[in-house]
Formats: sequence, C-alpha cells, structure tokens
Amino acid sequence: MESVARTRANPKASSSLGSRMKLFWNDRTLLLMCLPAIAFFLVMSYLPMPGLYLAFVNFNYTDGMFRSPFVGFDNFQFLIHSGTLWKLTFNTVAYNLAFILFGNALQILIAVLLNELRTKWFKKLTQSLLFLPYFISFVLVGLIAYNILSYDYGLLNSLLKTMGMDPIQTYSNPKIWPYIIVVTYLWQSTGYGSIVYFAAIMGLDSEILEAAEIDGANALQRIRYIVLPWLKPTFIILLLFSLGGILRGNFGLIYNLVGANNSVLFNSTDIIETYVFRTLVNNFNFPLGSAVSLYQSIFGFIIVVSANWFMRKVSPDNTLF
Amino acid sequence: METSIARFRGKDGTSALVRGVGYALIGLFALFCLLPFILVLGTSLTAEKTITLHGYNIWPRDFSTFAYKIVFENPDMIVGSYAVTLCITIVGTAVGLFVVAMTGYALQRPDFRSRNAISFLIYFTTLFQGGVVPFYIIMTQWFGLKDNYLSVLLPGLMTPFLVIMMKSFVRSIPHAITESAKMDGAGDFRIFLQLILPMTTPALATIGLFIAIGYWNEWYNAMLFLSPNMTYRPLQLFLYNVVTSADFVRNSSVASNIQPRDMPLESMKMATAVVATGPVILFYPLVQRFFIKGITVGAVKG
Repeated sequence: MESVARTRANPKASSSLGSRMKLFWNDRTLLLMCLPAIAFFLVMSYLPMPGLYLAFVNFNYTDGMFRSPFVGFDNFQFLIHSGTLWKLTFNTVAYNLAFILFGNALQILIAVLLNELRTKWFKKLTQSLLFLPYFISFVLVGLIAYNILSYDYGLLNSLLKTMGMDPIQTYSNPKIWPYIIVVTYLWQSTGYGSIVYFAAIMGLDSEILEAAEIDGANALQRIRYIVLPWLKPTFIILLLFSLGGILRGNFGLIYNLVGANNSVLFNSTDIIETYVFRTLVNNFNFPLGSAVSLYQSIFGFIIVVSANWFMRKVSPDNTLF
Repeated sequence: METSIARFRGKDGTSALVRGVGYALIGLFALFCLLPFILVLGTSLTAEKTITLHGYNIWPRDFSTFAYKIVFENPDMIVGSYAVTLCITIVGTAVGLFVVAMTGYALQRPDFRSRNAISFLIYFTTLFQGGVVPFYIIMTQWFGLKDNYLSVLLPGLMTPFLVIMMKSFVRSIPHAITESAKMDGAGDFRIFLQLILPMTTPALATIGLFIAIGYWNEWYNAMLFLSPNMTYRPLQLFLYNVVTSADFVRNSSVASNIQPRDMPLESMKMATAVVATGPVILFYPLVQRFFIKGITVGAVKG
C-alpha cells in the first residue's frame, strides 16, 4: 500500500535490540497516536480469528469455544457431501462476477458519456440523482423492492395488469431473483462507481483531448483511443479489489431483498454470508457457520494474493501491495 | 479546464450523436434512480383503501396523511428510536473521526518507522476475517454487550478504507510543515492537533460523513445484538421491524384505538420509511460534494 519510493530515514538503524528500542522510544508519540486504532482492529478483527477453531469442534455451550470435543474435518465433510459448500460458493461467486462485469461496464459507460455532455446543470443534477441510492439503508432498499414486486400491490403487477397480462408471483419464483438482485445492485451502486471513473477522467490532461479534436478525431475515436486507455489503471485496481472480495457476498442487499426465511428462493439466492447468518441466528449451529467462514477467508486470501502476484508479472505499476 | 474542453469539443456528426445518446441514457438512468423514492413517498400519502384496490402508485390517487397520523399518534417509539440513532451517530462519529484522523496522520509520516507494519496490520483485516460467529460470541459472551447500545457503536467507529482515505488526504500536506514545527520544538501530538487538523477540514468533513451515514443506516449489528424486548431500537432496526413484523402494527392499533383491520398497514410502512430516511435525503444536497471528494481521493489511490 505504501509507496516504495518514499525514502527511509535511516536504513542501518535497526542493528541491535537496544537501538531498536530506542527508535520505538523516539516514535513513542506517533505509536501512541496509532494505539486506539490498533486496539480497535485487534479487538474487532483479530480477536475473533482464533474463534475459527469452532470449525473443527462439536460445539456445546457448557464446554464453550475451545473445550468442545474436537471432530477434525467432520463439519467440512458434511458441508461438501450435502452440496451446501458448492452451492454457496457458486452463488456467491456468480453474483459477484455479475456485479463486477455489469457494474464496471455501466459505470465506465456513464462516466465516459458524462464527460461528453456540456450542459452543466444537467451534469450536476444527474450526478446527484445517480448517487442518491447509495445513501439509503439496505432496509429501505428491501422495502422499495417489495413496493415494486409484491404480488397484491406491487407496481410491477399493476403495470402488467393494465397491459392485460397475468401478474407474477415474484416472491415464490427463484428463477427471476438473479435478475432482481443484479438490477438492484446496479441501481444502488452505479452512481458511486461512475463517480470514481469520472474523477479519473478529470485527471486526464485536457490538452490531449483538444489536440485530438483539432486533428479531427470524433467523440468515438477520442473515447476509444484516449479516454478508455486512460481509465485502464483505475479499472485494474478496482478489479483487483473486487476480485479479492469475490468470496464475500453482499449480505445487506440479499438479506433485505429476499427476506430472512423465504427458503423457496434459497437455491438461487443463498450466499455464504446469509448461510452463516442463519447458522448463527436460526439453527445455532456455530461449527457449520465457522467452517464456511474459514473456507471463505482462506480461499479469499489465496485469490487476492494470486491476483496480486499475477498483476505484478503483467503490469507491476497496478498492484495492490 | 472545463470551459476549454467544451469549446473545442464535438462539432462533427458522430460527436453530436454520442452526446445525444449520453443525454438520453444518463437522463433515463437518473430517473430510474429517483423513481423508487417517489414511489415510497407517494404510497405513504395514499389512502389504504386505494392501495388495496389499485396497488402501489407513484402518484397518490387519493391523498391521505392518515398513515403519518398513526405513526405520530404514538410518538414514543419513533422519537425514542430517533434519539438512540442520533446519540450513537454523534458520539460514534466524533470518536471515530478523531481516531481515524490521528492514525491517518501518523501512518503517512515518512519518518515514522512502524508505519508500514501498522498499515499492514490494518489492511490485513480486509483480507482475512474470523466471520460473524466468533465475533458474535466474543461480543456477547466475553464483553457482555447483548442488548447494549455499545454493540452498535463500537464496530462502526472505523474501517480500514477510511484510515487509508485519511492517509491519502493528509499526504497532500507537505511534510516540511511537520518538520519545521518539530524544529521549533512542538511535539507530534501537538503538531497534529494544532497544525494538521485545521488544515484537513475538507477531509474531516468527508470521513465524518462516511462514518455518520454508516451509523445512520446501521441495522446489521443492531439486528444481531439488540433483542426485540429492547424498548428503543435504532431507527433502521425499528423500520425493519415495522416492515417485517405484524406485532408492531398490533401494538400501535391497541395504542391508537383502531381496529387492526382498519390499520393502514401498507402506507404505514412507507410513512415510517419516509420518517427514517428523511434527514439523509434532506441533508444530501448539502453534503454530497464531500462524498464525491472523498471517493475521488480515497478510492483511486490506495
């Protein structure tokens, strides 16, 4: 994360333990300033990590987290044999791939077109409107979806009825949910992403575009040969970030859209997070939940590191770390 | 820069076409983003009878504020939720912002030897996580924070993303300022508090707003740690309960002496949503430029 070019103050300083302690002492105020944040991440993020040991036990409340009987890989075997792990992985990855693919395509398209527009108030107004859905809670997103999709009163069925078609039973039809989830995701996050890309375009030297213009390049040519190549590094960084999170599902979105217990839809909507959440809240099966979390973290980690390694080979300037 | 681009751009047919497509597509998508909000507002202002007859509608066919009357008939619950969310948001944002700013400043100091190690410690939490089960056990069994508002306040204080964003913000302030202040004998904390902090107000506004909006929209930790027998629940959890459970409607029908079958069930959900989201939408035009700035600085350069 840190830029490598930054010079180190004194590279030879850490020769002995004594001088190292002295250096810590010199930095004591800065260390103290970091202490609250370090404590925060230790408690909130690192302290739960050893708890993943739960994945290998047969948990009971009297023995607690670390004294329950050890069962090895039994929990994983159950998850694999029941097909749960495969289904959760497939859904989580498929949704994320759809989000990355359609999300970035739409965001880049909108950012590039936004850059072509001239009417200032129109640009400002539409940017604000596009960004608006990003600021509301997932609870409201779920409610809005219900507003549109509900069988009895939903806007969708009202429209279908006025056009003389039969209403759809949305909440019991698993086949249409991938579309609903992806469209809702695009509705909520396109504004955010297109602003990232638009900001990157703003960093492009306007003289280059002007020169191309004078040489007779039309808008499509300018986009194709100047703007899009300029956006490539931003795209790669964002892609790396999202690939790193490919096993992390969007819990808030899917939980609030689908509902807590609508198991009819689970086949096409259940992701790792919603499954783990149910093991915690509904079934109290802590080991199964932890087993899935451990699997998620380990494979997620491997994916980030290999994506980063791959990028270092291909284009060393665009790596995460 | 803006004007010079505009002056030169697009006199040929293709460019005009691209521009036309741009206006149409972006205009339509902006409308697509806005309409659901109007749908919620419209439904909240429609008489229940009309909803059951014709379904939800963008424009209220039959204007009625009855749902709002019911929501505020018994204001205790919603006012309590507002108070809880407001307190958590204010305290959490103040504490979180200060800690993030302090950490961000320290971690970008080129002469701070442990900065890479600490940065990695923070960044690593985005790569590997313990999952919700151990987190839940630790928060409830070890810290005893079940049904305690701290369980909502603490996890929302900061994210690695915000620390990184703060770091990139402060980096734009020349290190020479810190160095010359040090030469004059100022300590690191004093340099941060009296010199750097006043120079980073745009950054503080952006990051503070990110934290605040997180708290305002927070429902996940509230749902995990606050049980239904708590009287005052944070706003979004309150909204979640209104939307998903019939209990709430039963209670308010008893309180307001209305037969349960006459309760404006559907319009009431929407009215509660409007009341819970209203402040965010009202403040939005004022604060959105800070968000745009934050995204610009934080997201592109890690």
